[in-house]
Amino acid sequence: MDKLLEILRENSSFTTKELSLMLGEPEDYITAQIKEYEQTGVIKGYQAIIDFDKVPDAGVTAIIDLKVTPERETGFDSIATKIMSFEEVRTLYLMAGSYDFAVIVNGETMQDVASFVARKISCVDGVVATATHFMLKTYKLGGVSLVDEDSTDRRSMVL
Amino acid sequence: MIDYQNFINDKISSVKPSGIRKFFDIAVEMDNVISLSIGEPDFQTPWHIREAGIVSLERGKTWYSPNRGFIELRKAICDYYKRRFNVEYNPDSQVLVTVGGSEGIDLCLRSVVSEGDEVLIPQPAFVCYEPLTTMAGGRPVIIETRQENNFRLLPEEIEQAVTDKTKALVLPFPNNPTGAIMERGDLEKIAEVIIKHNLFVISDEIYGELTYGGKHHVSIAEIDGMKERTLVVSGFSKSYAMTGWRLGYVLGPKEIIDHITKLHQYGIMSSPTTAQYAAIEALKNGDNDVAMMRDDYDIRRRLIVGKLNEIGLTCFEPLGAFYTFPCIRSTGLSSDEFATRLVQEKRVAVVPGTAFGECGEGYVRISYAQSLKNIKTALKRIEEFVEELKSEG
Repeated sequence: MDKLLEILRENSSFTTKELSLMLGEPEDYITAQIKEYEQTGVIKGYQAIIDFDKVPDAGVTAIIDLKVTPERETGFDSIATKIMSFEEVRTLYLMAGSYDFAVIVNGETMQDVASFVARKISCVDGVVATATHFMLKTYKLGGVSLVDEDSTDRRSMVL
Repeated sequence: MIDYQNFINDKISSVKPSGIRKFFDIAVEMDNVISLSIGEPDFQTPWHIREAGIVSLERGKTWYSPNRGFIELRKAICDYYKRRFNVEYNPDSQVLVTVGGSEGIDLCLRSVVSEGDEVLIPQPAFVCYEPLTTMAGGRPVIIETRQENNFRLLPEEIEQAVTDKTKALVLPFPNNPTGAIMERGDLEKIAEVIIKHNLFVISDEIYGELTYGGKHHVSIAEIDGMKERTLVVSGFSKSYAMTGWRLGYVLGPKEIIDHITKLHQYGIMSSPTTAQYAAIEALKNGDNDVAMMRDDYDIRRRLIVGKLNEIGLTCFEPLGAFYTFPCIRSTGLSSDEFATRLVQEKRVAVVPGTAFGECGEGYVRISYAQSLKNIKTALKRIEEFVEELKSEG
C-alpha cells in the first residue's frame, strides 16, 4: 500500500510539510496526491481515534451478526442500503462465512440496542436471524493501541 | 573499618561510571517525559521469533548449548552474513555466539590486546570501547571524527594516531551516536593503512541492517586482505528488536575465535539457549520484519532531520543506526545544559553528545526509536525550547 495512505490511516494530523519530509517528496506532490485520493473517493474523510471507554455517557456498542436471504435482482446490496440508513448503525460489512452482515451499532443503553434489533433490524425484509454481541472493552482501534503503556517497561537508558 | 580501595582492582577503579546516569535519574523522576534518549528499538520482537523461543521452552529445551552456540544457529549466522554482506565464514570454527554484541566487544578486546598495546577508537562512539580497552590492559587512543567529514573515519587520521605500539582499531559503523556510515571507497582507503601498519580491526556492525538512502552496509571484512585481520561483532538486538534476549556473535579467523571461545567458555559458559532458538527463526524468516522496521525508522529519520534543520539545530544527514546528532552550538548552551534544560523545561529527554566522548560537546543525540506521534510532539517542544532560548537572547 502507498506509504502516504499508511501514515494517514493511523494519524491524519501531519501537515503537508511533515509528510513531505517523511516521504522525501516535494510538498506539491503530497498536496496533489492527497487531493487525488479525496477526489477519487479513496479518502472519504478524517476522523479522530477516540477511546470511548474514557468518555462518560458514550453509550454501548454492539456487533450484530445478520443472516439474510439475498434478493433476486439486487443480491445483498439493497438490504445493505436499508440497514445502513438507520442512524444507529456506525459500520456495516458484508462477510464471508457463517453469516452475511456484521453490523456495528451504538446505543445509549443495552435496552436501546435490544429494541433496535427487535423493532428495526429484524423487521427488514430478508433478515432471517440475528446474534447480538456487546463490546466490553476496546484494546486496539484503527491500528492504535488504546491500552495505556506500562512506562516502567522501557526505563533503561542504553547508550 | 575495611579500606575497600585496597581490594579494588586499579583498572576498574580508574574507569568512570557513565556520566549520563545523573541526567537519566532526573528524567525518570518526571512525568510526561518523551524520551528520545533510548538506544533500543521501540518495536517488540516480531511474534514468530518470540514464538520460536516459546516453543523451545515448551519442548523443554532448557539446557546449556555448546560453548560456541548451537551449530544450527552458527550455520544460520554464516548463511545470513554471506547473503547480506558477502563474506563467507565457517560455522564450525569461525563463529562464536555471545551474550549480546557487548560481550563480543569485550572478548575481542581482551583476546587481542596485551598490556600496553594501543587501541584506536574513533569518537563520538558507543561508550564501552574505552573502558573495556583499559580493562584489557590497553591504552585507548581516541580519534575524533568530524562533522565536516560526515563523521567518517579518514585514513590520514589513522596515520596520525598510529605508533609502534598500536595493535588494533575499533570500527563502529553504522555509528552510534552520529548515524554515520562508511562506504566501500572509505573502507578501501582505510584498509591500506591498516595493512601497512599490520593492525587488527574490531568491526562493530550491530547496526549493519539499519542503513538508509539506498546505502547498503559494507563490512570491512569484505575488502581485499581484510577478512584475515578483522573480527566482526554483531547481534540481534537492533536489527530484530531483540535487545532483552541478549544475543550477538563474533565472526573472524579460527586462530583468534579459538582463543575468544576460551574466554567465553570460562566467563559465560554458553549464551542463553531460548534466545538462540529464537535467533535461528529470526535469521531464517525475519528479513521482512527487518525491512518493515527499517522503512518505519526511515520515515521518522527524514521527519526529525528535516525539522531539526528547520528549527536551526543543524543536523548532518545520518545514513545509519537510529540516531540523529544535531549541533546545538547555535543555542549558546553546552550539551549538558541543553539536555538538562530541555528535559526540565520541556519534558523531552535527549542525550548530551559528551556522553560519547569529549568531542561530542556541542551536539546531542536524538534517537528516533520512538513512535511518530511522540516524535512529532517532542519536535514541537524542542522548537518551543529553541525559540524561547532565542528570545532570552
